[in-house]
Amino acid sequence: MKRSSFADFGNELYSGKRSYPFVAKRKLWFIISAAAVLLSLIIPVVKGGFNLGIDFRGGSEFTVSDTANTDIAVGEKAVTDVVPEAVPRVTNIAAETIRVQTERLSDDQTLSVRDNLVAGYGVGPEQVTSSFVGPTWGEDVSRQALIGLVVFVLLAAVLMALYFRTWKMSLAAMSALVVVMVVTAGLYSLSDFEVTPSAIIGFLTILSYALYDTVVVFDKIRENTAELSVTSKRTFAEQVNLAVNQTLVRSINTSVVAVLPVASILFIGAYLLGAGTLRDLSLALFIGIILGTLSTIFVAAPMYAWLRLNEPEIKDQEKKVRQRRALEAANA
Amino acid sequence: MPRTGPGTAAKRTLVWLGVLLALLAALLGAGSVWSNASWTPKLALDLEGGTQLILSPKLQGGGSEISPEQLNQAVEIIRQRVDGSGVAEAEISTQSGRNVIVSLPGTPDSETRELIRASAQLEFRPVLAGGPGQAPAAETPTPADQLPKPTAEPADASDPNWITPEIFTAFETLNCLDPAALEPRTEPAPADQPMVACEPETQGKYILGPVEVPGTDIDGATHGLARGQQGQSLNSWVVNIDFNDEATKVFRDVTERLFAIGQGDPRNQFAIVLDGRIVSAPTTNAVIPDGNPSISGSFTEESAATLAEQLKYGALPISFEIQSEQQISATLGADQLRLGLIAGLIGLALVAVYSMFQYRMLGLVTIASLVVAGVLTYLAIAILGWTENYRLSLAGVAGLIVAIGQTADSFIVYFERIRDELRDGRGMISAVENGWRRAKRTVLASKAVNLLAALVLYFVAVGNVRGFAFTLGLTAIADLVVVFLFTHPVLRLLARTRFFGEGHKWSGLDPERLGVAPLYRGAGRFRSPAETAARPAVAAKTKNKAAASEAERRMTIAERRIAEQQKALAGRGPAEEKEENR
Repeated sequence: MKRSSFADFGNELYSGKRSYPFVAKRKLWFIISAAAVLLSLIIPVVKGGFNLGIDFRGGSEFTVSDTANTDIAVGEKAVTDVVPEAVPRVTNIAAETIRVQTERLSDDQTLSVRDNLVAGYGVGPEQVTSSFVGPTWGEDVSRQALIGLVVFVLLAAVLMALYFRTWKMSLAAMSALVVVMVVTAGLYSLSDFEVTPSAIIGFLTILSYALYDTVVVFDKIRENTAELSVTSKRTFAEQVNLAVNQTLVRSINTSVVAVLPVASILFIGAYLLGAGTLRDLSLALFIGIILGTLSTIFVAAPMYAWLRLNEPEIKDQEKKVRQRRALEAANA
Repeated sequence: MPRTGPGTAAKRTLVWLGVLLALLAALLGAGSVWSNASWTPKLALDLEGGTQLILSPKLQGGGSEISPEQLNQAVEIIRQRVDGSGVAEAEISTQSGRNVIVSLPGTPDSETRELIRASAQLEFRPVLAGGPGQAPAAETPTPADQLPKPTAEPADASDPNWITPEIFTAFETLNCLDPAALEPRTEPAPADQPMVACEPETQGKYILGPVEVPGTDIDGATHGLARGQQGQSLNSWVVNIDFNDEATKVFRDVTERLFAIGQGDPRNQFAIVLDGRIVSAPTTNAVIPDGNPSISGSFTEESAATLAEQLKYGALPISFEIQSEQQISATLGADQLRLGLIAGLIGLALVAVYSMFQYRMLGLVTIASLVVAGVLTYLAIAILGWTENYRLSLAGVAGLIVAIGQTADSFIVYFERIRDELRDGRGMISAVENGWRRAKRTVLASKAVNLLAALVLYFVAVGNVRGFAFTLGLTAIADLVVVFLFTHPVLRLLARTRFFGEGHKWSGLDPERLGVAPLYRGAGRFRSPAETAARPAVAAKTKNKAAASEAERRMTIAERRIAEQQKALAGRGPAEEKEENR
């Protein structure tokens, strides 16, 4: 090992020559995650919830018909002049019709926006109609999505418990999942991004990614700890830590590969396009992929080791390892 | 050492992949020539735009104002109907608490339009007369004096006295072979009057008495396998209806009357009428006292499910009228999609650069595998767009981009396992085989989680979430196909080349770079003395597996330290070289 390269890094992690204390320092990781979760729970409460988009709450809709000018910007300006913080959605429907959707406006605001539209598009007042629209993402959609999510998480827990033959792995994986969910939601609330249906889809994508990542690392842990009873070379916690270290190169490579396309959409796309669905979605995915990877390493794996620490077999084995080490130290 | 076995197997697998891709392409090609398939994926509302329909509800019987609950129920029902016709990702909302707005991608065909608008005005009417569907030749109608004439006021709904000359003439001239006659009618006959109707399924026509039970009296409807008298499952499908209390009583009286008429007489039948069309006209085999009739007949599972759905939705006392219909452009500008795709491609290029950096020439396998996965996914999306009306939304595109990471992960897991095996001193060919055996488990377990998520969300969720589930499941399957049918066979073949087999510096599998002691040469293996001691006796076939579990117990931190100390003392560790014969 003359020079330090990424390959050497991988080799040293594999052999155990280089090792990061993911399991040993678990208290620190748990405190950090708990603080992040707590903050993420407080932020929405302090800020008064999430910035739900028109798809969830419904809003005001204006239709400008028979207009020669179909410039989207005019419609956006007509709304933001009246309500500066609004994010209007202006669509060119049909050839000469503009639809402006925005959050629910008061009567006065509605009249002002209407006047702005009349002036902006140069049409008669009778050509601008306004109405309230209901949410496209109604309660039934949310309810079904939530039911689906709960059923999925429960089934995934059962599946993992069966596959790994221990419910403690399921519990550890679910804890990491909760951390990812809550912290992502908290960041969303903090950034004050509008919650759109796309954001919800992004959120679900993150969940599936986080759980996926955990299963991959846990499979290595399963492999490393499968023959624990016949070996006295490493304690259980050390085996778990070795597994995380051995899959560290994989974790880094995978998250880099997953994050690269998302990051390029986030930075290049957002730079060129400014605010929009694409930016919101790619930001959620960017944060989520990184969080998902981190939560596996810093929450799920140490949590699993910690959950099993007090099992009699694990304790017995640890004792054996200590004895053996004492013996070896004496022999050397 | 010629190893033809696994090598030919790998080649054969690759051929199968080629066949699979060719079949999918041929299917899509055939679809685009003979059907309405397209070589490009269909796009969803946010990317392509579509049609916006504004529906105004009409209460059955001209009732008073529609309540918000009824409107929400209507939205839910329309959503189910639209979702039922594929994964179209329609947007459905209400307007001013009065109208329902449905936005659909593309231009909806008359079938979809019908599905949304269909009033679900469902009625149960007794049959008065029936006959084959075609109208008699125009010049030979029944002479006017032979037309049936009512002799008295009808006593009940089954009374033939309902058949007036007008009704009979209408019945006679009705041609159920004419598609126009099969179109649903929003304004069927008044509830207290007889009517004529076609049964599209059998192309028969009927004269029906007044409404006995309106569809609003249905509490629920299910489909299932018929039960025998002992409660055992029979091999035929039935539709079970659950009436509310009021209709239970009415239906008992009706079935008593119809059952008494006796089978063979068309008046024994009652008709389930949906929007003026007969959905089903079953005969009465028994008196139904409990309000839970079941309809049996020549149902397939699908047709039973359809009828049950129709009955269930029949509980909504609202019909809709399309008030306006207009084309809408994409809610996301075309530039969003274009720039998004460009950014995505740049990201992919970065992924390629990164894999080459990490895995040298092995990175090419990653890139090739991603390309194959891309082609596979593309074909699948285009085919599903044709058969399932699957449409790609922006969220779907994002899902596909994240899938790049998860697909590449399968290769990364695999490559890292091979490297681990090499670090344990295994030869290239056996490292590939062993690495695969371990990686396979991990890949299968993790993809199972994704597939589970996809299945659950697909079956439980509605709207956009359903589309997402579809994308997730699709990419997980494509990933599995690629890893099993492409990446692994390719690596098997590559392991047999000199470049990779001997671990060239640029192969990404250079044993020296992976920290294997230079003792290693060719297919020989480096072994530590600790493991040769406790080698379990195993059959030749499981030799590698046994070796793999040994590998786990090999070289610990403490051991390595001791070994290093010993090395320092003795100058060189007592290593043993052993020829591997496999």
